[in-house]
Amino acid sequence: MEQAAPAKQNLWGGGKSPFNVEYGKTMMWYFLMSDAFTFGAFLISYGTIRFSSHAWPDPNHVFRSFPFIGEMNVPLAFVTLMTFILIMSSVTMVLAVHAGHQRNKKEVVKWMIFTIIGGLMFLGCQAWEWWHLHHQGAWWGSNPFINIDGTPANINFTNLFFTITGFHGFHVFSGVIINIVMLIMTLNNVFEKRGSYLMIEKAGLYWHFVDLVWVFVFTCFYLF
Amino acid sequence: MAHTHTQAHDDHGSSTKHIWRTFWILLVLTVVELVFAIVHDQTHVFNKYFLNFIFAALTLAKAYYIVAEFMHLKHENKNFIMTIVMSFLLIIWAIIALIADGNSYGNLKNTYDPFYYEKSTTPLKPGELPAHGEGAIH
Repeated sequence: MEQAAPAKQNLWGGGKSPFNVEYGKTMMWYFLMSDAFTFGAFLISYGTIRFSSHAWPDPNHVFRSFPFIGEMNVPLAFVTLMTFILIMSSVTMVLAVHAGHQRNKKEVVKWMIFTIIGGLMFLGCQAWEWWHLHHQGAWWGSNPFINIDGTPANINFTNLFFTITGFHGFHVFSGVIINIVMLIMTLNNVFEKRGSYLMIEKAGLYWHFVDLVWVFVFTCFYLF
Repeated sequence: MAHTHTQAHDDHGSSTKHIWRTFWILLVLTVVELVFAIVHDQTHVFNKYFLNFIFAALTLAKAYYIVAEFMHLKHENKNFIMTIVMSFLLIIWAIIALIADGNSYGNLKNTYDPFYYEKSTTPLKPGELPAHGEGAIH
């Protein structure tokens, strides 16, 4: 467990850990794989429905608003800000994990606080986006946006948008809760006493996964 | 729990400089995607299939950097990398199979439901309200 196994050894012969990864971390990876299949199923159903449709609304037209600047036309600007916030909070999370490797409690606390703030900012942005779309008449079962070629609206667009971004937002929300728990545990010296900040690394895996899913949601809904 | 990383490992995999380098790569890839999207929105110079290919390629590049660097998978044991990566062949198969299925379903609707075909391919007249809820084309 302590040493990386040399490449030529038979890892499956017993007596050593074939993955050389701690149990909880392995299980976090397997959980994230199952979650990736859930998101995969959502996004693949989006693709299937979109391929069976004649036309689809133009994302540059639908997502062109920004808070506090009225009806100015700024396609994709707000979602760019959301993407930037999430990438940024992913970086602060890696920095927290890095500080954990060095068993530097003060740095872990600092970067965890930044990560939590980033997550809350993302949730705030998403709340505004949903609120704004709802004001325009978009919701589950209601689509005010006509297709790019002028043909009638298709409610599949809003159903899929709110379901998938909602499911992702719920993951961000649970990630923020997990990060807050990690912060409290760090402040209470739980990891200091345990002698390892490995839990921060496991929470970090979950947080990066949320960022990873956003990369795909961003491409599917805002770019394609 | 034992500390599973050696110090040399950390220096290689997650030094602060390395983390910020990954951040800049992700940011630049996102900005390139947006430049393509906005230039296309203003000028319509690109073929839509070409554009989607670019978006898909850049998305996969970003996914690689997040998983390999931020989630540190690149620096794990090869056996472990394989158990994770190989499982995603199933998703690739599902993407191919179900998108083909969606395309086929669309063709069947167009062939056997002339009303749907006419409704969904006729542009709305100016001033005509787009469908809300009931009565919308599915």
